[in-house]
Amino acid sequence: MNALVGTGGLIRLILRRDRFILPAWIVLLAVIPVSYVSGIEELYPTAAGRAQYAATSGTNPTFLALYGPLHSTSVGGLVAQRAGFLPLIVGLIALLTVIRHTRGEEEAGRRELLGSTVVGRHAGLAAALIVTMTATLVLGLLSGLVLTSGGLPASGAFTLTLSWTFAGWVFAAVAGVAAQLTEGAGAARGIALGVLGLAFVLRVAGDVGGTGNELSWLSWLSPIGWAHGIQAFGGERWWVLVLSAALAAVLIAVATAVSARRDVGAGILAARLGPADAAPGLRSPFALAWRLHRGLLMSWTAGFVALGLIFGGVADGVGDMVEDNPQLQEIFARMGGRGGLIDLYLAGIMGILGLIASAYAIQAALRLRSEEANLRAEPLLATAVGRLRWAGSHLVFSVLGPVVALLAAGATAGLVHGLNAGDVGEQLPRALGAALVQLPAVWVLTGIAVALFGLLPRVAAASWGAFALFLFLGQVGAVLGLDQWMLDVSPFTHIPKVPGGAVTAEPLLWLLAVTLVLMLAGLVGFRRRDAAVG
Amino acid sequence: MENIIVAAALTKSFGPTQALDGLDLTVRAGEVHGFLGPNGAGKSTTIRILLGLLQADAGHVEMLGGDPWRDATTLHRRLAYVPGDVTLWPNLSGGEVIDLLGRLRGGLDPKRKADLLERFDLDPRKKGRTYSKGNRQKVALVAALSSDVELLLLDEPTSGLDPLMEEVFTTCIEEERQRGRTVLLSSHILAEVERLCDRVTIIRNGASVETGTLAELRHLTRTSISAELASPPNGLAQLGGVHDLRVDGTRVRFEVDSNQLGPVLRQLTTLGVRSLTSQPPTLEELFLRHYQDELTGSQPQGASR
Repeated sequence: MNALVGTGGLIRLILRRDRFILPAWIVLLAVIPVSYVSGIEELYPTAAGRAQYAATSGTNPTFLALYGPLHSTSVGGLVAQRAGFLPLIVGLIALLTVIRHTRGEEEAGRRELLGSTVVGRHAGLAAALIVTMTATLVLGLLSGLVLTSGGLPASGAFTLTLSWTFAGWVFAAVAGVAAQLTEGAGAARGIALGVLGLAFVLRVAGDVGGTGNELSWLSWLSPIGWAHGIQAFGGERWWVLVLSAALAAVLIAVATAVSARRDVGAGILAARLGPADAAPGLRSPFALAWRLHRGLLMSWTAGFVALGLIFGGVADGVGDMVEDNPQLQEIFARMGGRGGLIDLYLAGIMGILGLIASAYAIQAALRLRSEEANLRAEPLLATAVGRLRWAGSHLVFSVLGPVVALLAAGATAGLVHGLNAGDVGEQLPRALGAALVQLPAVWVLTGIAVALFGLLPRVAAASWGAFALFLFLGQVGAVLGLDQWMLDVSPFTHIPKVPGGAVTAEPLLWLLAVTLVLMLAGLVGFRRRDAAVG
Repeated sequence: MENIIVAAALTKSFGPTQALDGLDLTVRAGEVHGFLGPNGAGKSTTIRILLGLLQADAGHVEMLGGDPWRDATTLHRRLAYVPGDVTLWPNLSGGEVIDLLGRLRGGLDPKRKADLLERFDLDPRKKGRTYSKGNRQKVALVAALSSDVELLLLDEPTSGLDPLMEEVFTTCIEEERQRGRTVLLSSHILAEVERLCDRVTIIRNGASVETGTLAELRHLTRTSISAELASPPNGLAQLGGVHDLRVDGTRVRFEVDSNQLGPVLRQLTTLGVRSLTSQPPTLEELFLRHYQDELTGSQPQGASR
C-alpha cells in the first residue's frame, strides 16, 4: 500500500478540527508587524531619530537578547528587529500543531481508528507537516503583503516574513522527529520544546554581546539565529533560507525513516515499567500533584537558570557599551551613569522573566482544567478528597512554581553579575529582589486562570488571551504610544522598576488583593458548579 | 430493610438537553441493584449526582443517610466508584493508581488487591498510557473491589472486558453480595444484570419506567412456547394473551403473556401434547418492549452525562 494514501483526507480532517485556531494565529501574527510600522513611523519619523534609536534602544542588550540584532536604521530595519520574537513564536506554534496532530492523536488512540481505514503509514505525519508548513507559508506571504502595503520595500518585507516561515518549517520538522521518539505526546512536546529553547538560548547568547562579538558564531548554530541572519532590510542574504530548508528536509527524512520502522502507538524510546505498588508517600492529592507537576517545575527552573546565566552574564557588558560611546554618556549620565544603566537593564530583564514566569503560572493552573476535562479528576473527587483540597494541590504549583523559577533566575543572574562586577554581596540580593518583586503580577495570571476555571470552565484556556494581552501591552504598547490607562490594564505595568527605582508597597498590595479576589471567586465557583464536565 | 440510596423525581438538564426528567431510584442495603437503560438514558448523570459531582436541578436524593452534594467527602469514604470511561495518568503505573485511589478512600486490603490482580490477569507495573481500554477498566475495578467500603457504584464496569474477564467480574460481584456490600450496577448488557442483580430499575429518557425484582418484572413479559400437538390447535388463537401464533400442521409456536400461562397450558393439554419447550422471559425482551417505540423510530432525548 502506498504509504501516503489518505493524506488528503487527513488534511481535510486537520483543517476541519483547526478551522478556528489556524486562521486566528495566521491573521494575528500577520497583523502584529504592521502595527510596528505605523508605531515606528510615528515615533521616529526622521532618519536622525531612527539613528539615535538604533544607537540606544536598538543596541541595548535587553533588545538584543529579546529581539535580536538590528541590521538597518530604516523603518523596515527597526520593524524587523521589533518583530524579532516572531521566529520563536512561529516555531512554537508549528511545533505544537505538529505534535498535536501526530503523537497526540496516536496517544489518544484516534490514530489507530484512522489507521484501520485506508490511510498509509506516513499519511498522518505528512498531513500534519503539510498543513503546518502551508500555514506558515501563508503567514509569510500574507504578512509580507501586509507590510508591503504598509509602505515597506517588498524585497525586505518578504525576506523578513519568509524567514518566519522557514523557522516554522524547521520546528515543524523537529516536532515531526520528536513525535516518533516517545509514546507520550507530553514527552514528545518536551523534547521539541527543549530544542526550540536551546535554539533560542544559542541565539540570545550569540547576539547579546552586540554585532561582531566573539560569541556571535553561536547564533549560526541556531535555526532561530538564521531567521535573523537573513538581515531583512539590511542587505538581504537569501541564501540563509537554504540552511533552514535543508535542515527541515533532513529532519523530515529522519522522521519518515523512523516512522517506517516503528509500530503504531510505540515510540523509539521504550516505555519503562513502573512500580507494582505505590510508594508509601503517594497517599494524598498533593503527592499526586507533585508527580504530575515535578517534570514541568524542573524544566521551567532549568530554563530560568539558563536565562539567569545569560542575562546576568551580559549585565556588566551593558556598562561597557556606555563607556565606548561618548555620545551616549551624556544621556546615560542623566539615567544614573554606569550603575544606573545596569540597574535599568536588570529591571527590564526581570520584567521579561516575570512575564515568562506567568506563562508557567497559567500552565500549572490550567492543569486543573485538563485533569477535569480528561476525566482524571472524576475518580479522585469520588474519593474522600474534597474539591478545594484537590484544586489546592494543583494551585500550589501555580503559586509557588513561579517563585522557585524566579528565585533560580534571580540567584544565578545576581551571582554571575556579582562575580563579574566583583561584588556578589551587593548584586545577589538586588537581583533576587528584582526577580521576586515580579510575583504579585505573576500571581494575577494564576488568579485569572483559577477564576475562569471555576466560573467558566469551558473557556479556561482564554487565560492565555490575558497573557497575550499583557505581553502585547508590555512589549508593543509603548511603541504604539498607547494611553496610560490601557497600559495600566497589565499587572506588569505596576511592578516597581527595581533595582534602581523606588519601591512602594501600595501597587503590590493591590495586585495581591486582585489575585486573592480572583482566586476566591474561582474556588467558590468551582465548589458550586457541576464538576467533571467535559 | 434500610435504603442505601433514595432518589426521587430527580431532574437535571445541560443547556437544552434534558438528561434526567423525574428519575426515581431506591437501592436497599445488601442488594445488587441493576440500573438498566440504553446509552444516553441518564445512567451516568444519575451516578454523578449520587457522587456529588453534579447537582440535581430538582428532586430529592439521599445516599448512605447523607446528602451527596453537601456531605460528599464523608460519604465518599464509604463507597468506591468505577467510571464508565476510565482515564489514567499517563506516567503513573496501574499499581500506583490502585494504591492511591484506595488510600484516598481510606483503606485498601493488600491481600485482596494481589488476589484481584491475579484473577483479572493485570500487570500493575505498566504505565497508564500503555494500558488498553479493557486494562484501564480492570485498574479501576481492582481499585474499587479491593477498597474497604460499604457501597460500590459501577458505571458500565464490563465495557471493554473480554468474556473471560466478564466471568471473573461476575464471580467478584457474587462475592461482594455475600460480604453484604451494596452494589449499584449500571449496564446496558441485559444478561449481566439478569445474572447478578436482585432488583432492577429500568430507565429511559431520564425517567425510571420500571423497578422491582426480576420476578416482579416478569409479569410484563412473555414466555415463548413451541409444541407438537396430537391434533390441530383449534381455539388457541381465541385465547387471551397469545401472540405471534404460527401453526404448521400440528406444530405450533407462539408467545404468551406470563400471567396467562395457566389457561393456555390447559388448552394445550386438552389438545394432547407430544412435545413442548418453553423459554422463560429474558430481560432482553422486557427491555425491548419498553423501548419498542424508540426502536421503531423516535429518538432518545437524554444525554449520557
